[in-house]
Amino acid sequence: MTREEVLSEIQSRFGDVILDFFDKSAKRVYIELQPRALVPVARHLFAELGARFHIASGMDSRTHLEVLYHFSVEALNLLVSLRVKLDKNDPRVDSLASTIKAAAWIEREMHELLGIQFSGNQDLRRLLLSEEWPAGVYPLRRDYREWDPGAVRDRGV
Amino acid sequence: MPKSVISIGPYHPLQEEPEHFQLTVEGEKVVDIEVSVGYNHRGIEKLSERRSFDQATFVIERICGICSTSHPFAYTQAVEDIIPVEVPERAKYIRTIIAEGERIHSHLLWFGLAGHFLGYNTVYMWMWRLREEILDVMEILSGNRQNYAMFKPGGVRRDIKPEDIPLAIKKIDSILPTVDRLKKAILDDPVLHARLKGIGTLTKEEAIAYCALGPTSRASGVARDVRKDAPYGAYDRLDWNMIVTANGDVWDKAVVRLLELYESIKIMKHCLLNLPGGEIDLNLKSIPPGEGIGAHEAPRGETFHYVRSDGTNRPARHKVRAPTFMNLPTLKATVPGSSIADAAIILAAIDPCYCCTERMAVRSADGRKLYSGEELLRLSREKTSRIQKELGKR
Amino acid sequence: MSVTMRALLKSPWVFHLSTGSCNNCDIEVLDCLTPRYDIERFGMRLAASIRHADVLLVTGSCNRKSMIRVKRIYEEQVPKPCVVVAIGECAMSRGMFIHSYNCPQPLDRIIPVNVYIPGCPPKPEAIIAGVVKLINKVKASL
Repeated sequence: MTREEVLSEIQSRFGDVILDFFDKSAKRVYIELQPRALVPVARHLFAELGARFHIASGMDSRTHLEVLYHFSVEALNLLVSLRVKLDKNDPRVDSLASTIKAAAWIEREMHELLGIQFSGNQDLRRLLLSEEWPAGVYPLRRDYREWDPGAVRDRGV
Repeated sequence: MPKSVISIGPYHPLQEEPEHFQLTVEGEKVVDIEVSVGYNHRGIEKLSERRSFDQATFVIERICGICSTSHPFAYTQAVEDIIPVEVPERAKYIRTIIAEGERIHSHLLWFGLAGHFLGYNTVYMWMWRLREEILDVMEILSGNRQNYAMFKPGGVRRDIKPEDIPLAIKKIDSILPTVDRLKKAILDDPVLHARLKGIGTLTKEEAIAYCALGPTSRASGVARDVRKDAPYGAYDRLDWNMIVTANGDVWDKAVVRLLELYESIKIMKHCLLNLPGGEIDLNLKSIPPGEGIGAHEAPRGETFHYVRSDGTNRPARHKVRAPTFMNLPTLKATVPGSSIADAAIILAAIDPCYCCTERMAVRSADGRKLYSGEELLRLSREKTSRIQKELGKR
Repeated sequence: MSVTMRALLKSPWVFHLSTGSCNNCDIEVLDCLTPRYDIERFGMRLAASIRHADVLLVTGSCNRKSMIRVKRIYEEQVPKPCVVVAIGECAMSRGMFIHSYNCPQPLDRIIPVNVYIPGCPPKPEAIIAGVVKLINKVKASL
């Protein structure tokens, strides 16, 4: 399939759940989806097109949280990033871990660093942070503040 | 048979990085593995947000010491992808030279550690001694043995002087005879065949399901290499081979790394001898709002960086994904079913660069049987000795 | 104490502990054992277990998970007297990780440190020079 065929198939099959389609360059496409559509589109890319899942990147975008899921259709040197925007007060999206084994760890990481809930993922144990880290404190959020009175931050820029 | 739990780490003297592997064993056989990370998590993604795009390169270099080029390489490409813009030709060649030099030293390091794990201590000493030659080359070209600080968004920070190139080539050529000897020693050694073949096999389907990267996936027949699939730097300016084998066991992973050494030497020499003239830096003054993605084939697999810019001089978000993050979960498929004596070498075979990922910690449960790291190594070497005796090598 | 110290100085067993580092310092420490630098000339050997350590070479910026364990290891497992050498910027003061949310304290607030070897990473020559300086200093004080 050519690049145009791949992209037009995505647009025609999932057009009703695509909120934004940014064809940035020959190698980069960014597609914003309704959160409920994430798993079907990801499955299309991974299982049907054989695209490789790179990683997901969560972010605090001030007004909302967003997660980008990055896939590569290697034969076309095309990287498709699926974006979902989540409500900051209750950020939840369906888990991709049962569809793509490789997504299990990054969901754990985003859960503990950003507070995103992945519905359907039974294993959202801490991955990186220690046991003493307080619950509900998410370091990658913009409103994160130092909570540890014993922390020493007296030098450096 | 009763199950017991063996913890490896977090301060295993051989693996420099603290990490946790919890093996559940029945007798001599491993039935499950639990990997926990977090001992190296330093919050680098958040630190990038308080630095300018240019300053962040210095922090990012220190994500991992062994592959200290691969993270800046991917990061600078991500920042350039925001605009998007291509760096000058000469900068692309210099970046490739540094990246391949790093690949050579990293693979030699791995062979040394693997030799140590298996009880071939001479190999350990030889490989690390050989590494010193490559580190000398890197010092000649960049000024430092590690942490080269050559990369910046828009190009490279320093130029390579033409008078340095002949000495660099001479030193690179000087390691070839020893690499040839290593190749013969590995490929022809029946003990290594018996020790490593069929051990820790990752099937092609599993490699694809786990999205494994680098030699870990190429050894399983998955022909993926960012340098070929999405060319960057000078990788498409010359002919070189992607090394792919079919069996996915520890043996294959070693062979892939060995043959990649030759390809890296070829690429590095070609780039040094054909370095184009011109600028080395675009002198980017500002990064517009937007997002960019950069990827580089590090010695361990693809390093992936995502950078979001909001028009200020600092990244609004910087996501770092090291290759080991995707490769460590494959241990769940390769370690169970093996014997304890093989666990160490199977762990080492994915070439875990823990500092890139957030290394796992092993928690030793009280009252459970604990093998020290020393004992696990002893088991691994004993197996090698047993095989040597069987094959009449001793 | 002086008898033990003299024995320590004759052939110190060094144990290498990484508390959350990028691994550069760790590789340079291991490089010290390889033929070019060969720290064994000075009688130093890499101890297999921390319970045999005379000298603790510590790298890394001591992140939260490591902190708990480092403290416990130092208090419970390391035989005293033991000399602690902080290798690299991270072990000295956390360096550029001083503002990291996961690195709250420098190493010398967690365990006592006797020698600081700066560098990022310090070259093997610097590490050897630092350890030799330490040995000479201890010898002079006996």
